[in-house]
Amino acid sequence: MALTKADMAEQLFDELGLNKREAKEFVEAFYEELRIALETGGQIKLSGFGNFDIRDKNERPGRNPKTGEEIPISARRVVTFKPGQKLKARVEAYAGSIE
Amino acid sequence: MTKSELIEALAQKQSQLAYKDVELAVKSMLDLMALTLASGERIEIRGFGSFSLHYRPPRTGRNPKTGDAVTLASKYVPHFKPGKELRERVNKTRSKEIL
Repeated sequence: MALTKADMAEQLFDELGLNKREAKEFVEAFYEELRIALETGGQIKLSGFGNFDIRDKNERPGRNPKTGEEIPISARRVVTFKPGQKLKARVEAYAGSIE
Repeated sequence: MTKSELIEALAQKQSQLAYKDVELAVKSMLDLMALTLASGERIEIRGFGSFSLHYRPPRTGRNPKTGDAVTLASKYVPHFKPGKELRERVNKTRSKEIL
């Protein structure tokens, strides 16, 4: 089962003693703040976790995978995530544990 | 935006919470997210995006200094896929800038 906003609110309730409503609101506010930061064009740097960046992509040729028809992919602004060293190291250790 | 700027912004908006609690809550959420990925599980946040692990097969690399071949084990790397709301909001800012 994937981690969800409800799980994070539960953790804030258990660990920090926020009441359920506060915890739920806080989790929403956290992601809304990240969305606002990205929307207003800024990079987000969360040390120990990773960086979110904004990239402008030019139009490029694409294909409808079903029909094979050629259609241009319009120019767009996208969000990218680059995991930090610490997170990468922790995740890599997981690969070792299942071999 | 850095982690401390995120804490600052949330503390201003969540005025019912003490600054210290906001700080602890942000750290607690990021810890839980990192721990989830480190244990091989996904994160799904509607409207923001999902984090998952991508497999990287073993490969033979080279020591850039000596040119010697080195065997690199398979590993997992964290991957982020932005959700619909985030994608749309970020791209909308671009359209506004261009007009």
